[in-house]
Amino acid sequence: MIAQFAPTDIGPPHYWDKMPEMCQKNYGKWQYHEYEKIGVMKHVGPEGALYTVRVGSPRLLSTVTLRWFAELADKYCDGHLRFTSRHNVEFLLVDHANIDPLVETLEAAGWPVGGTGKSLKNLIHTQGWVHCHSSATDASGTVKAVMDDLYEYFKRDDLPAKLKISMACCLNMCGAVHCSDIAFVGVHRKIPRVDDAGVANSCEIPNVVASCPNAAIRPNPKAKSVIINEEKCMYCGNCFSVCPSLPIADPENDGIAVFVGGKVSTTRKGPAFSKLVIPYIPNEPPRWDSLVKAIRNLVEVWVENARPGERYGEWIERIGWEKFFEMTGLEFTDKHIDDFTFSVKTFRTNAQFKFTE
Amino acid sequence: MSSKVRPMIDELKNGKWPSYIKEIEKSAADGNATHASQCTALLDLLEDSFNEKRPHWKHGGIVGVRSYGGGVIGRYTDNPEKYPEVTEFHTLRINQPSGWFYKSDDIRTLCDIWEKHGSGLTNFHGATGDIVFLGTTTEHLQPCFNDLSEAGWDLGGSGSDLRTPSCCVGPGRCEYACFDSLDLCYNLTQTYQTELHRPMWPYKSKIKISACPNDCVASQARADISIIGKWRDAIIVDQAEVAKYADAGLDIENLVCGYCPTACCSYDAEKKEINIDNANCTKCMHCINAMPKALHVGQEKGATIMLGGKATIVQSAFLSWVIVPFMKLDKEDDYQELKDFLEKVWEWWDENAKVRERLGELIYRKGMAEFLKAVELDPIPQMVKHPRENPYYFWYPEDFNGGDK
Repeated sequence: MIAQFAPTDIGPPHYWDKMPEMCQKNYGKWQYHEYEKIGVMKHVGPEGALYTVRVGSPRLLSTVTLRWFAELADKYCDGHLRFTSRHNVEFLLVDHANIDPLVETLEAAGWPVGGTGKSLKNLIHTQGWVHCHSSATDASGTVKAVMDDLYEYFKRDDLPAKLKISMACCLNMCGAVHCSDIAFVGVHRKIPRVDDAGVANSCEIPNVVASCPNAAIRPNPKAKSVIINEEKCMYCGNCFSVCPSLPIADPENDGIAVFVGGKVSTTRKGPAFSKLVIPYIPNEPPRWDSLVKAIRNLVEVWVENARPGERYGEWIERIGWEKFFEMTGLEFTDKHIDDFTFSVKTFRTNAQFKFTE
Repeated sequence: MSSKVRPMIDELKNGKWPSYIKEIEKSAADGNATHASQCTALLDLLEDSFNEKRPHWKHGGIVGVRSYGGGVIGRYTDNPEKYPEVTEFHTLRINQPSGWFYKSDDIRTLCDIWEKHGSGLTNFHGATGDIVFLGTTTEHLQPCFNDLSEAGWDLGGSGSDLRTPSCCVGPGRCEYACFDSLDLCYNLTQTYQTELHRPMWPYKSKIKISACPNDCVASQARADISIIGKWRDAIIVDQAEVAKYADAGLDIENLVCGYCPTACCSYDAEKKEINIDNANCTKCMHCINAMPKALHVGQEKGATIMLGGKATIVQSAFLSWVIVPFMKLDKEDDYQELKDFLEKVWEWWDENAKVRERLGELIYRKGMAEFLKAVELDPIPQMVKHPRENPYYFWYPEDFNGGDK
């Protein structure tokens, strides 16, 4: 059979024709935006207004649903829609009268309109057990459980500030979870098992050795394999990424760690990494009850105590981490004190602190 | 569609948030026999994962389409005897349009192609920004690519290549845009098609483009090359609109000026006017975000180029560092200044990095000074939070006697 090959390197289609006419006419000339109601934005330029209806999505979509979105776009939006960096669907329309029927249709079919302004944004997340070999927990399942529980916060915009929660199913973090208001991340707690024959057959030893952040892996020339130093390994799983014969998945001991207080935007004091607050929550499919409870607690304490305008990390910076642990009732352990490469700057060098119960 | 009971994942069909399990079931029941068998196997596999608390996938083998090395992620179940229908269940990354704008016909075209060649399951979108087609067999990869190409679509990046650049909505729907993020993203993607499709670097390299400092694509947290919009001149103030915000009850004193990180913003409650000391403003966006009708980004616009961002593995997570405080991003000149700079950066990284060493890790290992020399940039205070706190620095021959050795 003679194979047939299509042209390569054509790149993505040009964006211009994909945009609504109002976006073309106001291109680069937009003046301001405001919120009509939760989930509905109005962007105004000299040529008129564009309305955006933002819809939460689980990211994993069937073509059945995509075709339905296309139908709705035809019916209400002259065929225009877009997606956001946080997996929302956005319907773009000019006719104000179409907003309510569109929102009603979406909501009636179980698709939530919300996530604008000072609300909980849609969760970004990774593939998890649907598609990934290195996941230490499930992604879509944990996100579904958390969003079912926090649904109300996607639908209200009276929080102290926006709230971005992110999820990654292993430390590879396919997504910017390490700079989120609240991040939960799949973690391992036991060292990889070394399959000597497999390592000898299929892995490049220097790459495996170099993959370890803690220099815990050394060659084992006799077996043409490697030896992992149990005292140095902190279970990141990067060696498994480069060598399949070092499996690290462990159903009984894998689970989830929670970090808080990060953000990406330059606003005020700028971007920040999220910090560890819960070192381990066990995997509890299908509803991950302990995780859901822990995240709700973190959200509620912030909502009740932050001042207007304070993102999660800004609130903690004002009150102090010692106070945060007291208010959330979380245990502070040896795991919370950094002992990795850049740890020294995280130790308190100022005798100013608060006494807590 | 089988009516098989799967108690674990069936539970996730309940609740108010849209259910991905229902999405998989929709593809299983869409009338296509291949979708039915693949999606049913996926549901069975997932139920087992939920019971056993572990994934059922293996590392990808190398699969792809002719003349490309990236764009397809090989995916195989670890138990092909039990789930033969997902023995091969590869992912295709399809390069999204700038700003993720679509027309309904685009969606239908993509659906037509994917229903013919794959499981019917997608991600809109993957974390990097691509459309993700989730699950097909090796024999379908080339025909699927052919159909995509015929319809005007192309694959994105994967492996040790330029990953698919992505950008915020920019001037398409945002008043904060300091440059044309949509055009720049399209231009760079088209310019670097070879780098995008043929992995030949030490590791991945990511470009993310945000047209203002709000950084809606989280560029600083995860892109080796973060291009972030910036203006240099004064914030434009419409005092009449300031007064309207005041009349509407906004606490300008505390919620706008009170949060200014450089205390360069003050409010005259009597006149209902805001005053900004622009020479001391760091362009953080806070006041503009709080009063978008009254305050606007300036007129001398461009971008800050920041480098080195990445997630945790291996050396720790890095946020991108300021390298070029301001670049105009000249569309008329086809962004040549930026492209020249990027090519210098990539050349130095490609020559010096170890396998799987990201740009930020290399700069950290070699030292910022060496990097700046390589890309011919002078050190300036905007690059650091503060100067070094130790006396351990090098002197070079060129530092003495006008460079005499």
